[in-house]
Amino acid sequence: MTAEDDPHEAIAAYVLNALPPAEEAAFENHLAGCSTCTEEITAFREVVAELAAAQSAPVPQHIRTTTLKAITHIHQESAPRPPRTAGRRRPALVLAASITAAALLAGTTAWQYTEAEHARTQAAQARGSSQALTDLLVAPDVTVHTAKLTDGARAAVTVSRGQGKAVFAAQGLPAPDEGKTYELWYAFTTGDLHPAGLVSGDARHAPHLLKGPLNKAVAVGITLEPASGSKQPTSKPLGIIPITL
Amino acid sequence: MLHRSGPEARAEDLLARAGRGDKDAFAGVFDIFSPVVMGLACRILRDPAQAEEVTQDVMIEIWRTADRYVPERGSAKAWVLTLAHRRAVDRVRAAQAGMEREQRARTLLPEGAFDVVAEVVEHHDEQRRVYRCLASLSRSQRVPLVLAYYQGLTYLEVAHALSAPVGTVKSRMRAALRQLRACMEAGR
Ligand SMILES: [Zn+2]
Repeated sequence: MTAEDDPHEAIAAYVLNALPPAEEAAFENHLAGCSTCTEEITAFREVVAELAAAQSAPVPQHIRTTTLKAITHIHQESAPRPPRTAGRRRPALVLAASITAAALLAGTTAWQYTEAEHARTQAAQARGSSQALTDLLVAPDVTVHTAKLTDGARAAVTVSRGQGKAVFAAQGLPAPDEGKTYELWYAFTTGDLHPAGLVSGDARHAPHLLKGPLNKAVAVGITLEPASGSKQPTSKPLGIIPITL
Repeated sequence: MLHRSGPEARAEDLLARAGRGDKDAFAGVFDIFSPVVMGLACRILRDPAQAEEVTQDVMIEIWRTADRYVPERGSAKAWVLTLAHRRAVDRVRAAQAGMEREQRARTLLPEGAFDVVAEVVEHHDEQRRVYRCLASLSRSQRVPLVLAYYQGLTYLEVAHALSAPVGTVKSRMRAALRQLRACMEAGR
């Protein structure tokens, strides 16, 4: 077995947050069943914390004031407490979901926090309701692609080529006008666009499993369309998210 | 590691209480950890305004998820800084393209890399130990570690910046952390 085939090999890059998303998800899958790595990671995290702790910087008083004020409005998650001996955690799911969340939430400041948390709660509900979505998020080849949309919203598309599926999620999409809906599109190198499902105003903060086969789509687009959707886009895309590596 | 005392034990206790909704305990957690979170964020982002935002996000995330902290699985410091590093790295990757970060990394090489390490150090005993241990690594181990941890590069970007094979970079990172661990544990 060469070094590159050894699944334990990625352990340090993992602890350093230096794995690309797909490899990180794959390593999480490995980790779920490897007690050697789990133990070593605990020790490495302590070592790495010393690297961080070697330098501190003063925090302005207003950050303290704002933070302590903000938490009074922020609901705490209570940790699910699986039996300590359980070997069947699904960290990859949590991880892949957090990649998407992190991509979406990068730059979120405290005043946006409640909204972000709301989006995450909905994401969690959507995950719970859709086995396909769950399967996608734990796929070993999952990749996450992000882009800014024209109106300042951020979008992330999570793709598994192996499963031929993709999930779209957006943060900060404005409510569409009365009688309108968002529509998603698969884009191909030929220039063809295939409809990939509607995103209603009410559900615009939840992740959406794209409809239809992914095939060789190279990008996902989003447009505003009449409420019943269109067969081909009738407006300029708000954004095109390339989904090839 | 399970026998903690003094400030460490206090941090663990405060974090556990914060996880149960104790806001005063959280204020204590904030005072203990926000300066190191800010230090790390400044280092990775190189922009105090963004570092402040990240620090605030991280501290709020700590409040939100403190109940997940399990003392048996490590110190409060490691838990907090794991979360903080992740946030800072996500932020720098969103804000700066990989090429830009690699380029910056390249300007630190080959001569400057060790200065990056030296820059970390202030003159306290605790930090001298970290410095001594980082200095004990071979350059080929230290540089990938520093570029990944303090610059937010992925191992692929590190490999690209150093023109080194990706598999080699990955295994050097592992060797580096193992050596660092041995050195730090020996120095206790
Ligand atoms: Zn392993």
